[in-house]
Amino acid sequence: MSELTRKRPEYRNIHAFKDLPSYRWPMAALVSGMHRISGLLMFLLLPLIVWLFDTSVSSEISHEVFQSAFSAGIGFAPGWFVKLVVLVLIWSYLHHLLAGLRFLLLDVNHKAVSKEFGKSSAIATLVVSIGLTLILGAKLFGLY
Amino acid sequence: MSVNYGSKRLVSGAHYGLRDWLAQRVTGALFALFTLIVLAKVLLVSGPLGYEGWAAIFAPQWMKALTFACFLAIAYHIWVGVRDIWMDYVRPAGTRLALHIFTIVWLVACLGWAVQVLWRL
Repeated sequence: MSELTRKRPEYRNIHAFKDLPSYRWPMAALVSGMHRISGLLMFLLLPLIVWLFDTSVSSEISHEVFQSAFSAGIGFAPGWFVKLVVLVLIWSYLHHLLAGLRFLLLDVNHKAVSKEFGKSSAIATLVVSIGLTLILGAKLFGLY
Repeated sequence: MSVNYGSKRLVSGAHYGLRDWLAQRVTGALFALFTLIVLAKVLLVSGPLGYEGWAAIFAPQWMKALTFACFLAIAYHIWVGVRDIWMDYVRPAGTRLALHIFTIVWLVACLGWAVQVLWRL
């Protein structure tokens, strides 16, 4: 087969559900992937975030609706479910913020771009974001 | 019109990559700063943070203006990030276009709502 007629390789984007789980996931990659997932989650839950802002800040009466959503529930959602979804939002924001600050550091500091620092900073990001989520989650569910 | 032939010829892309990459970082940093300001204001409230304390945080005109700017910034940040996700995982042009349109409508609708809440305080 001559050079001209040989089929050229075709590069396609990856298949998210088939290819992603087959990858090896070092800590830095995990933080990066979770940065993306947490961002997408907050985007999809954006109407809920604005609703929380609206009801909590608009008036005394709406503030009571906001508070009772966490205890008595709202619409079809019981209180514990509202708390759970808000806890997912809390984790998403904390992880996205901390991982984002880590990315900013990697952008401005050449010394930070090493295999060792990539791993240790990724672990630090996970420890702090998950730790704070557990602390705030315990408060949200009234454990202290 | 700038030179677009020979070694200077641009062969691909719409060339907004660097602009959006930088904008996403700047808007992200801005919102991180905004988070710190709100957090500081929450922690400075003496006693339990009820409706009064929470609403008072956004009451000053400068805070409304800052919050408005940060809402716009984060909307741009979200647009760049979510568009990146569609560009990475969704190949068919029709599906991708539909997701882009959904993203813009979703974002602009939420932004309008949030801005309304903010400015009627």
